[in-house]
Amino acid sequence: MARNGVVASQRWRSDGEISSQQQPAHDSAAKEVHVLAVDDSLIDRKVIERLLRNSSYKVTAVDSGIRALQFLGLDGEEKKTSSIGAFDSLKIKVDLIITDYCMPEMTGYDLLKKIKGSSTLREIPVVIMSSENVVTRIDRCLEEGAEDFIVKPVKASDVERLRGYMETTSEPSVRVNKRKQRESCESCNCLSTASSTSSSPISSSSPSPSPSPPPTSMSSSSPSSTPMSMSVPSSPSPSQSPSPATASAPCSPSLLDSPTRRLKMSSPQEE
Amino acid sequence: MLVGFGAERLGADMNRLLALLFHQGVLDEQFLQLQQLEDETSPNFVSEVVSIFFHESEKLLTSLRSLLMMVEGDHDQDHEGGLEYGKIGVHLNQFMGSSSSIGAKRVRNVCLAFRAASDHHNRHGCLRALEQLEHEYCYLKNKLHEFFQLEQQKVLAAGVRYPMNHYNNNININS
Repeated sequence: MARNGVVASQRWRSDGEISSQQQPAHDSAAKEVHVLAVDDSLIDRKVIERLLRNSSYKVTAVDSGIRALQFLGLDGEEKKTSSIGAFDSLKIKVDLIITDYCMPEMTGYDLLKKIKGSSTLREIPVVIMSSENVVTRIDRCLEEGAEDFIVKPVKASDVERLRGYMETTSEPSVRVNKRKQRESCESCNCLSTASSTSSSPISSSSPSPSPSPPPTSMSSSSPSSTPMSMSVPSSPSPSQSPSPATASAPCSPSLLDSPTRRLKMSSPQEE
Repeated sequence: MLVGFGAERLGADMNRLLALLFHQGVLDEQFLQLQQLEDETSPNFVSEVVSIFFHESEKLLTSLRSLLMMVEGDHDQDHEGGLEYGKIGVHLNQFMGSSSSIGAKRVRNVCLAFRAASDHHNRHGCLRALEQLEHEYCYLKNKLHEFFQLEQQKVLAAGVRYPMNHYNNNININS
């Protein structure tokens, strides 16, 4: 019963095939993907929690950046130097952080900087949410290392896109989803994995047949791999992309800035 | 079968009401997104979220009104109301966020206009916007109450369909 990433989890669950809403797909080695959601709005926390749980993620929702850091064990210090040393090894594992931008006291941007500035936490992908679609704000966040920027209100299709950012498999998917580069990079050769199109407007995606040769190589190579690698269908993209940065055109340099992205680029794929 | 017909008719009423609200621009697609998040494990998700929205909104409206009264009541030149307008802006941002998250499109749009007036320290504009906001909010609240009432009735009506139909037919539930 391998769960394809794109099967709508709510339908899945209403068939009664997954007992708990937090049970992950079997194909991810029964390891729960844990998302930390940060938002000062109670309503938004409820909504994002439900959206994430419907996708079978384990969710922890907190109402501020400070609480998020506490949860992550940062708490203002790089390392936990408390006497309870055992906590270090029991450190709560978080696979993705999704945070609102506008929050009192500590904005999502501040939180992002703190996370990326921490040696222990910087590898955790961070996604920013905001009700305002401000390009400078988006750029700032992406430059600081955010994986993606979601404009509120958050929908199921936005959550689908998150799959590509989870690091729970040995088969990393290319995380090149950036809102602003969505159009220009869709047919870019270096974004040759399926998830490159996760930012495509049509994210209700089927993983299957992609017309464009390179993109599918990644997604179809490991059928038993987790949802991550197949979650985002490249099939819609070629027809979707209005402004095809041609296959040979280099992606925006900022794509390569993130160390994790560079890692993805260098992994064996067709380039 | 009377019982089945009742549930179906209620369902049709619900759809009609929703269609009307969509047509009027009161609700938008985000409301549908919320509905799609409901399932057996969280069958009341939408009404729960909407309840939170009502609760928060009423507090916000109260705060907005009292802040505006403070600005209005003080004709002191030194007191331009900058502080109050700032707080009004913060409240409106929150209101905009929550209404957008549940798909309350018209409420959100009025908040937007309200915020513009507040940014310009336009007291009259703010008062007008507040009145409009209260009106839109009331309308939305009434309609959503109606919607959830229909939903409750429908659940009840559909519920008695199981399992002993011959028994139910004698009871004439839906007359």
